[in-house]
Amino acid sequence: MSVALLLRRMPWITRLGLLLVFLFAFLAAFGPWLAPYPEAEPVADVWQPIGTVGFPLGTDTLGRDMLSRLLYGAQRSIGLALVITVLSFTVGSVCGFLAAIAGGWADQAASRVVDVFMSFPALILALLVLSVMGSSLPVLVLTLAFIDGTRVFRLARAVAVDLNVMEFVEAAKLRGEGIWWIARKEILPNALPMLLAEFGVRFCFSFLLISALSFLGLGIQPPAADWGGMVKDNAQAIAFGLPAPLLPAGCIALLTISVNLVVDFLLDQASRRSRRG
Amino acid sequence: MADLWRLIGKRLLLGLLTLFAVSVLVFIGTELLPGDLAEVILGQSATPEAVAAIRAKLNLGDPAIVRYWRWFSGVLVGDFGNSLASGRPIVTVLLPRLQATLFLAATAAVIAVPLAIGLGLLSALWRDRTFDKTTSAATLAAISMPEFFIGYLLVYVFAVQLGWFPAISRISPSAGFGQKLWAIALPALTLTLVTTGHMMRMTRAAVVQVLSAPYIEMAELKGTPRRAIIFRHALPNAIGPIANVVVLNLAFLVVGVILVEVVFVYPGMGQLMVDAVSKRDIPLIQACAIVFAITYVGLNMLADIVSILANPRLRHPR
Repeated sequence: MSVALLLRRMPWITRLGLLLVFLFAFLAAFGPWLAPYPEAEPVADVWQPIGTVGFPLGTDTLGRDMLSRLLYGAQRSIGLALVITVLSFTVGSVCGFLAAIAGGWADQAASRVVDVFMSFPALILALLVLSVMGSSLPVLVLTLAFIDGTRVFRLARAVAVDLNVMEFVEAAKLRGEGIWWIARKEILPNALPMLLAEFGVRFCFSFLLISALSFLGLGIQPPAADWGGMVKDNAQAIAFGLPAPLLPAGCIALLTISVNLVVDFLLDQASRRSRRG
Repeated sequence: MADLWRLIGKRLLLGLLTLFAVSVLVFIGTELLPGDLAEVILGQSATPEAVAAIRAKLNLGDPAIVRYWRWFSGVLVGDFGNSLASGRPIVTVLLPRLQATLFLAATAAVIAVPLAIGLGLLSALWRDRTFDKTTSAATLAAISMPEFFIGYLLVYVFAVQLGWFPAISRISPSAGFGQKLWAIALPALTLTLVTTGHMMRMTRAAVVQVLSAPYIEMAELKGTPRRAIIFRHALPNAIGPIANVVVLNLAFLVVGVILVEVVFVYPGMGQLMVDAVSKRDIPLIQACAIVFAITYVGLNMLADIVSILANPRLRHPR
């Protein structure tokens, strides 16, 4: 199925989700250039309310501009989650495919190790590792990519095992098509909605995990702005009737909802397809 | 029946093996990472004397396997050692916190389980109609939101603006049951919102699956009334999957509790673990991690056993 066809089938709510995803992507790409103030410097009194002249979203617990920090945070939070997802997706799916093709004891060993890691709640595992290793950026990225990668491994392995025995793949092989042609014309189009959906699911997983860790003070370290950390920084404000922590938390929620709207549609397409096939 | 017991026995064994592997993982995660644990614990203030003292206190000179066994055999009898920060036995710190967490989780479960099953059933029966589409969109939003967003939103509305419930859930030991419930109203509601979404979607999927089975179509073709189809044919077969869904989500709930406890400064296990992490109190972190893992693995095992038990083909073998 082509991307254009997928687009045409979308209900309006999915289109809205997709539009928001692109908007967030734009903000993540250009946020620091759009920000009116630097991210780490106090520029006004603390906790100015929303709508203050010059500070449309107010200021935070140290008098830094909320809008600027949200824009810088967009790049850091979304960018990091994206890096983690790309990393875990690449490593996880390559290992998953290899395990499925190799079979035998290598497959068994890898699968059992992954089982153990998946039986352990992700947040607890991340807390455990980061508490000992310290929360530097490389440690954070590698830990989360590894945790995420175990989930990708399991799916990739299952997909690879399934696809190899499909009748239309057999038919193409009997017609004498080359492996590259089969991969491009038979397997990829059928796996596309599933793969895109899984990428979205994994992105949300790492994005929420990294936000949760920052919220607990173990993720991205201050004064760098990121959405989870901004919730933590401004949590006190809510007791004084200011909705400051709701701004970054709302951004996190809005992005994950948007991604999930698209994911939901893609999964639906994938399941309809498998029911027909 | 022999088949049934063999399957359950196998699953129990697998669960125990997983727990053993997880305990190794917790130990490796905290003890065998690069660098000297004593220096890690002390951080900036690591003088040679202090490092030597900590090394002696934790018996870091012994081989890892010996230390693992000492720790593991202690855990088996409920002895987690002493907290580094306070020096008190970890069990005495842990137990009241665990109790508080279980109280919060149980309260949330009592609301969430019937709500989720009811909504899930209705949207499966009214599939693709307005009710189904609305709840589907609402639950999608609920499961996408981070716990702290829902938590602070509820605080903003119900504690700050309306003043109905406290924003911080402190519980004094002398408080009555009603007072305790009032104190944990907002965290319990947050957990309810987070888990109901998952549970409802999974319940709906399970019932839709049963309703699309050939014997339901057969009953429809025979002209069986809809009510009889649902209550005589569909529901008995859906109970297994639904029970499985419920137990699985209790596992989600126990882990989701960490963030919610931090939002509401609730004195439970999650808050304890986060504090231990910030103080680098390694034995306490290990203890919290293993207790969370036992609960999580245990509930997952229970979910599998429930679905084995609920499978009529295994209960009534030919």
